[in-house]
Parts: sequence; structure tokens; C-alpha cells
Amino acid sequence: MLEIKDLTVEVEGKEIINDLTLNIERGEVHVLFGPNGCGKTTLLMTILGLPNYKVRKGGITFKGVNIIDLPTNERVKLGMGMSFQHPPEIRGVKLGDMVNIAQGRKEEKIDEDVIELAKRLNISDDFLNRDVNRGFSGGEVKRSEILQLLAQSPDFIMFDEPDSGVDVENIELIGRILSELLDRNKMPSKRKKAGLIITHSGSIMRYIKADRAHVMLEGRIACSGMPNEITKNVMENGFEKCVELCSEKEGTE
Amino acid sequence: MMRKELLERARRAKTKKAALGEDIAIENFVTGEEHEPLNSLNEIPDEYKQNLLDSGIEPSEKDRSGSFLQRDCSVVFSTVKYPGLELMSTTEAFKKHDWLKDYLWKAIPVDMDKYTADVELDQTHGYFIRSEAGKKVTMPVQSCLFITSDKIGQKVHNIVIAEENSELHIITGCSVSHAVNSALHLGVSEFYVKRGAKITFTMIHNWSPGMEVRPRSAVIIEDDGVFISNYILMTPLKSLQMYPTAYCVGKNARATFQSIVYAPGDTKIDFGSRAVLQGEGSKAEIISRAIATDSAKIVARSDVIGEGANAKGHIECRGLMLSDSAEVDSIPELKAKLKDLDLSHEAAVGKIAEEEIQYLMARGLSEEEATSVIIRGFLNVDITGLPEALARETKKMFDMSLEKVM
Ligand SMILES: Nc1ncnc2c1ncn2[C@@H]1O[C@H](COP(=O)(O)OP(=O)(O)O)[C@@H](O)[C@H]1O
Ligand SMILES: [Mg+2]
Repeated sequence: MLEIKDLTVEVEGKEIINDLTLNIERGEVHVLFGPNGCGKTTLLMTILGLPNYKVRKGGITFKGVNIIDLPTNERVKLGMGMSFQHPPEIRGVKLGDMVNIAQGRKEEKIDEDVIELAKRLNISDDFLNRDVNRGFSGGEVKRSEILQLLAQSPDFIMFDEPDSGVDVENIELIGRILSELLDRNKMPSKRKKAGLIITHSGSIMRYIKADRAHVMLEGRIACSGMPNEITKNVMENGFEKCVELCSEKEGTE
Repeated sequence: MMRKELLERARRAKTKKAALGEDIAIENFVTGEEHEPLNSLNEIPDEYKQNLLDSGIEPSEKDRSGSFLQRDCSVVFSTVKYPGLELMSTTEAFKKHDWLKDYLWKAIPVDMDKYTADVELDQTHGYFIRSEAGKKVTMPVQSCLFITSDKIGQKVHNIVIAEENSELHIITGCSVSHAVNSALHLGVSEFYVKRGAKITFTMIHNWSPGMEVRPRSAVIIEDDGVFISNYILMTPLKSLQMYPTAYCVGKNARATFQSIVYAPGDTKIDFGSRAVLQGEGSKAEIISRAIATDSAKIVARSDVIGEGANAKGHIECRGLMLSDSAEVDSIPELKAKLKDLDLSHEAAVGKIAEEEIQYLMARGLSEEEATSVIIRGFLNVDITGLPEALARETKKMFDMSLEKVM
């Protein structure tokens, strides 16, 4: 579904992503670990095509389409979506409005189905009427982002740290709904969606099964492998050590 | 004050320039010809119907307790459908009520500037609205000041009185026909909110690029009285300067001003609201949203003066710049004359944050669509204090005016 090849990205004149290659097939969920500042968010923003992220080299194809020159909204129309790590607040634009926008509806009234979805995320009607992200707590931001994605229902979904700043109870809730969004409850051959989940802490991994995990260091994929193995290594040994271990393993193969 | 004395003071102020706004040569504008009266608002020529609708006026008079239409310098329609409500031209009202002279130039000095002076010396009607004591007229009264001829100088004096414990809701639309290249509107409005009474005043200005506009408004609010003003301006004009003032003289008197201004083209606007909190426990809130695009220039003022014990005032002014050649100047002022006061203000002027556009694009909107959603959000002020039907209607009028500019 998504093919990234030799990608080099510059932000404000600084090279952040460096020769990165990554393939995600339909039905797959990948996890991306990495220390703060290594370029995880930059990668997602680049896939989404936000203007500050300048591709200097390499290519991205999505569903077989070269998307490098497409504006963000065209990429979204092709079927990608993202939950933001730090979404901006917009005065006078309610969460309910955002949900309608994500659904491609022009109405002001919120769809009954969406209200049902909101309930599952413990989002009340009052909350739908609040200006989006204004004074939201960490957990509320995540749940609001996921509600918008549920409404949008993209084929390829990127989650930027859905588990940071969220209490344990909500991580479980978010994990369950993410699994559902990504067809994790279906048999592998029936899975139509694909996803890329960024996690710094790895805590979401307890509630969602991934197909592959990567560790990113200084703008490169330094190591890839089985999610269980990588998660365990990252948790126990930290990022640098995990990468060292990965390369040792590669060396002996 | 005797009429003779008022006239004398007006004469002396005939050349007195206004404190704010560029000076207008009043003598370039004329009274024009008289227009025939109408039997119903619907009789207005079709070409003008849209103008009325665009300024919130319902030509069918449906859901209105009364309707008033002044075309250029002639009052062509005035009718009341509700007991306890009076609506007529101010000229008529002065003939009918001898006591009305006690309200003339009581809220605004006749010699404030050349514009107030000119309205006294060369007045062409205006409306008089009054709700009788205890009468709650929840269905709005509509009044329209309409300019259809070139070079007209429309100089109205409006007087609105809500007697004790009464309630009055007014929709005023000011509009101008396409045929007018240049015209002047001078509007003096004096509002009197008696003990326990309430006035809501929703004004839509639907001007055109050749219009020069100088409203002069003031409100006197007695004990437990409430005055709420909603002002919407979304069309270009040549210049507008106004600074309506609410005097909360009574105990617990309350005033709210909400203004939404969108200035395109070469529009020059200097607008503001002022509240003078004299009564014990009186309260005021001034909320404004101003958007400047193209080469428009906006000065957004607000001023709360606290003089009464435990008075409370809040200002929230936001400006949004959509072009590098536009200008927004936000000037909030607070003046405390006692220690037991609670006065505060928030003011901000900025441009649309790139991040917000990107966020909306990530939900599937194009850049233009995202911009328009952000602008709508920016202008979205929850209008409080109106009866539900009127609130809904005001929202609709607002959406409609927004639709036209976006
Ligand atoms: N808009 C930006 N302007 C300047 N530098 C940026 C910007 N966005 C990200 N960076 C820099 O790029 C690097 C990677 O950031 P980011 O992708 O947010 O990392 P992560 O998500 O892995 O924590 C950091 O050094 C950060 O300071
Ligand atoms: Mg990040």
C-alpha cells in the first residue's frame, strides 16, 4: 500500500530524514519506535505531504500512485489519515465540526453514527461542542483525534504517539479501538487496512498486534524485526542498545 | 433643554470636527426627492427586495411585531401588529407625544460633533420605538434605513424607549441599492432602558463601497436594565466611524456589545464600544471580531470605565489579518475610578496559523476550504440573550452574510 524509497527530507533547511526506505502492505500494521527528536513525526508529516517538509531525494507511492507532488488533501482523498501528536486548537471550530469535515459532510448537525462512536470513546455531546483541542487534556486530544479518524475511515492510518500522556485505562480503550480500525480482529486475508503507529513508550503495544516493528535513529530506520522482540528489547535495553543487538544479529545471519 | 437652545448649540457645532474618523463634507450630500408611501413592505420594487433580505429585513413582515422602512429621506412604511408596542417616524412621535422632548439629546450631546449637529439642524426622520411598561414584545420589531438614490445624505434621529419591566427586540438593517455610487448616512440613536427593562438590538450594516457612515449611539440603562447589541458588518464601504456608548447608571444595569466586522477592499472602519459603569454592581461585556483583507484598515476600540461599586467589565477583542496590505489596530482601554472593581481585557491580532490550515487539510479540505472554516470559526461568537427564534434567525443572517463574502 505504501512504498517509501531512499527518502531524504529537510525541515527548515535541516536534514531530518536520511535515505529512509519502508514498505507497508495492505493488511499490515507497522510500529515505529525511536527516541525523541529522531524524526518520527517528520516522517508522518512528509507522508501526509505537509508543506514545511521538503523531500530532497527519493519517492513515496501510495496505492501505486506517486504522491510526492500531491497536496495533503489529495493524499487524504486517496485514503490516508493521521492522528496528530500535537494538533493545533482552532477557535470557534468545534470537535463536532471537525468530525463532519472528516466525514466529508457539509451539515452542521452531527451524524447519529458518529455520536455512537463518540460514546464508545467516552466523548460526550458537550465535548463535541467544544472548540477543537482548546483546553483538551492529553487523553482528550488522543480520543478526539481517533474519533476524527473513525469518522474519516481511511485505508492507511498513521498514529503519532496515541499512547503518550494517556492514563492506563484510556490506553486500553484506545488500543482496542485502534485494533478495530486496523482490521486486527479479522483474519489476516480479510484485512484491508494498513497502519503505521509511532510510539515512544511502547505501552500501546500491549493492546494491539503489529506485523512488524522498526527502530528509528537520527532519521534512519536502524533496525527492523518482529514486534515482540523489538518491543522487548527497546523496553529492556533502550534504543541504542536495541539497535546494537539488532545489528549483531544481522551480522551472524 | 428648550428646543431653541438645542438648535443654538447645534449651530455652534456645525463645523466641529469629530474626534475620530476622517472628516466628511456633509454639504456634498442632498435630501433628494420624496418617495411614495407603501401599503405593505412587500410592495417595495423587486430590485430592492434582496437588499432588504440581505440586511435581515423580512419583506413579508412574517414573525415581526412591527416594521418600519425609511427610503432615502422619506418614511415609506410603518406599521405595528402588537399591542403595547409603538413604532413610527420620530417626526410623527414628536407630534404625538409632548413628553418625548425630555428624551431628545439626553443620551448624546447635540454638539458632540458636526454630525450630531447636522442631524439636529437638517434631520430627515428616523424611527421611534417604545414598549409600554410591563409589555414583553418577544417578537422582533424590524426597521430598515435604505438608500436608493445617489448623493443622498440620510440624517436620522432614532429614539428607542423600553419602559419599566418591558422587553423589546429590534432588528435594524441599513442597506443601499446598487445604483448608488456615493451617499452619506448619519444616524443618531438614543436608547433608554428603564428599570427592569431589556432591549436587544441586532444591527446589520449592508453598505457598498461609496458609503460614508457616521452612527452616533448611546444607551442609558437604569436599575436591573439590560441592553444587548449585536452588530454585523460584512460588506465594503468607504468609511465608517462609530463608538456607541452604554451608560449603566442603575444598580445592576448590564450592557453587552458584540461586533463582527469583515472589511474587504479599501474599506476604512474605526469602530468600538464603550461602557460607563456608574451603577453599583453594573456589568459590561464588549466582544469584537474584526477581519481585514485586501487594503482594508480597521481600528477596533473598546473602553470600559468603572465608576460604581463592584462594577464588572470585560473586553475580548480579536483581529485577524488576511492580507499584508491590510491593517488592524486594536485599542482596548480600561479605566478604574474605584478600588472595588473587576475590569479585564483580552486582545489579540494575528494571521491564520499555517498549522491550523494543515490540520484541516489533513482531514480532507483544500487550502481555500480550510481557510474559510477557520474564518467562520474566528467570527463565530455565541450570541446570548436573544429569544431562541431570534437567536436562530440572527445566526442564519450571519451565515448568509458570510456566505456572500467567502
Ligand atoms: N517545524 C520544524 N522546524 C524546525 N525543526 C523541526 C521542525 N519539526 C521538526 N524539527 C526538528 O526535526 C527533528 C525531528 O523532529 P520530530 O520529527 O518531531 O521528532 P520525533 O517525532 O521523533 O520526536 C528534531 O530535531 C526537531 O527539532
Ligand atoms: Mg513526534
